[in-house]
Amino acid sequence: MPTPSTSTQTLPGTANYPACTPLMEMRDVKQHYAVHRHLPIGPRKFVKALHGVDLSVHAGETLGVIGESGCGKSTLARVMAGLEKPTQGQVFFRGEDINTLRGDEKKEMRRNIQLIFQDPYSSLNPRMTVEQLVSEPYEIHPEVAPKAGRKAKIKELLELVGLNPNHSDRYPHNFSGGQQQRIGIARGIALNPKMLICDEPVSALDVSVRAQVVNLLDDLQKELGLSYLFIAHDLQIVRHISDRVATMYLGRVVELGTYSDVYDSTAQPYTRALMSAAPELRRNDGNDREKIILQGDPPSPIDPPAGCRFHTRCPMAQAICATREPELIAVGDSHEARCHFAKDLAAEFVQRAGA
Amino acid sequence: MSSTRKANSMGIHQHANPAADAADDVLLRVKDLEVEFNTSKGVATAVNGMNLEVKRGQALGILGESGSGKSVTARAIMGILDMPPAHIPRGEILLEGEDLLTVTPRRHRQLVGSRVTMVFQDALTALNPVHPVGRQIGELYRVHRGYSRRDAKAAAIKMMDKVRIPAAAKRVNDYPHQFSGGMRQRIVIAMALALDPVLLIADEPTTALDVTVQAQILELLKEQQEERNMGLILITHDISVVREVTDQVAVMYAGRVVEHGPTAEVLSRPGHPYSRGLAASIAGEELKGRRLPAILGTPPDLLHLPAGCSFANRCAFASEACAASVPALELIDEARHSACFHTSEVLAHANA
Repeated sequence: MPTPSTSTQTLPGTANYPACTPLMEMRDVKQHYAVHRHLPIGPRKFVKALHGVDLSVHAGETLGVIGESGCGKSTLARVMAGLEKPTQGQVFFRGEDINTLRGDEKKEMRRNIQLIFQDPYSSLNPRMTVEQLVSEPYEIHPEVAPKAGRKAKIKELLELVGLNPNHSDRYPHNFSGGQQQRIGIARGIALNPKMLICDEPVSALDVSVRAQVVNLLDDLQKELGLSYLFIAHDLQIVRHISDRVATMYLGRVVELGTYSDVYDSTAQPYTRALMSAAPELRRNDGNDREKIILQGDPPSPIDPPAGCRFHTRCPMAQAICATREPELIAVGDSHEARCHFAKDLAAEFVQRAGA
Repeated sequence: MSSTRKANSMGIHQHANPAADAADDVLLRVKDLEVEFNTSKGVATAVNGMNLEVKRGQALGILGESGSGKSVTARAIMGILDMPPAHIPRGEILLEGEDLLTVTPRRHRQLVGSRVTMVFQDALTALNPVHPVGRQIGELYRVHRGYSRRDAKAAAIKMMDKVRIPAAAKRVNDYPHQFSGGMRQRIVIAMALALDPVLLIADEPTTALDVTVQAQILELLKEQQEERNMGLILITHDISVVREVTDQVAVMYAGRVVEHGPTAEVLSRPGHPYSRGLAASIAGEELKGRRLPAILGTPPDLLHLPAGCSFANRCAFASEACAASVPALELIDEARHSACFHTSEVLAHANA
């Protein structure tokens, strides 16, 4: 695999971004969608899909995002990829707001941020062969693979993702789900991006194939120095692949930390409930994690509860939770949790470890 | 094909006889079931010699990937396969001794839907969108038990209470779209339990739900199954769901049961290379930073099943014998069966 082209470093504006800046950063991002009104009167309502999200992804890092459906995970992916302009807040790529870029700079940003989708089949055009699908990105960015060497480049790509290059004239329906996802990944990495946003990339795959694709993503990261935003609801896969993990609930990041912070010294009641819903995680904990079964369903993001958004389902909610929304409280060097009692919760684990 | 069939008939059912069924309380016994689909490309063998039994009060998990035939088996038991294109060339499905494949349609209607019922994956499509949920639950009582409208409604409310739908009496006239995903699945479960079935088949009941809601539904299913001493077949691809709810597990691959036994033992000490691969591919804590032990390759094409063991081409233990003939499901330990020529090696690996 050729190393990612260095010409990107010299493009105007990107040449001298400080090395310590995160590769991508979101600052107070809000994304609200207007709800269709059946009558032209009455209050406008909004789905607050993201409500003040601050996250960063460093070069070569994998940030895992967990949470239930409707918590804003996929909106996060779309906003981060620049597919949607946030209602408020900024998304930075190498220190530059991606929504203010124009022209060549914007094109270069788009080359560097790529997406992998959940359903591999519906994200591929059924009328295009594998070769056409994988070479499509080069139509827009011919500078990455000049026409002369393109065939060889495609062959190389297919080998890299573990597909037989001799099958390049076949159509997506000739492949199994796992292989289709490999085609999707080949498209994602075709332009030597820096950032790969994976929105539930293995959820549609069978268990035995899932591990293959996770291994592939792992290998590609090492080989190409990619950064991942990895969204999944399979908690074990997220722990396996992530350096840091963020838990989301109703458009908010409620816990953020290294994978061991979030999994082994969980300091937020919602993350605890999520973990306890996975039997393997409960057991691996050594001294069995208590089983928490939350009551009810997540509230509607149109009309989120006042105070802490989780207080309606939280097993340890107090009076303060209904009135005041907690901030993200630092409970460790790299560990933050959005709960009034985060410090107490984190202390439990310290006690337990000491006992 | 004939050689495979011969091998199938050497399955576990041989020592079974109807008298024994009564003695050990077997609710459902599936014998050598085969289901084929006629497609434009040829005949796809979805279920290929399936043997299974569920006892009273037992929760059996059927674990397998898509295309392994787990849902087709469930549909065959319920008699809701589309025939054609499906057809059942051979096999028996004995519900408390009566073969569901040969009973009269009238008897079939009496048994299926009341003695054995089913919960589907997608609750929204399982419910009729233009009728209130109370009427849909009540309909069961009206048709099967001849209740009056008023009694049926009262029974429906009672059932909704039982599956813990808050304010059931108020919500009985609501329509399916007014409920959340978890609540809808509770309503479908209420319908399935309404006529006090002896056996409940749940086909991926929580796949469409969030993990926290999944935990609620699984708890409800387990609790109802234990309270009613009912048989439960839980079909899923999720090992953790099987581990959470079931006592027995049958692992399916390419239309056959490849391993069958007590859940804890099968998952912790698998005797078949495929169950071993499945159990290992769970991303455990100790594997962090290392490669996941994936099962290489992909499941076989059901249109062209190999002559021998269908897992042979993905199997690390495979030998020549595996390509030549299909291993029968044999007793390997107390109450444990595995269909592999190399089970002893696989178990030795697990112990090492």
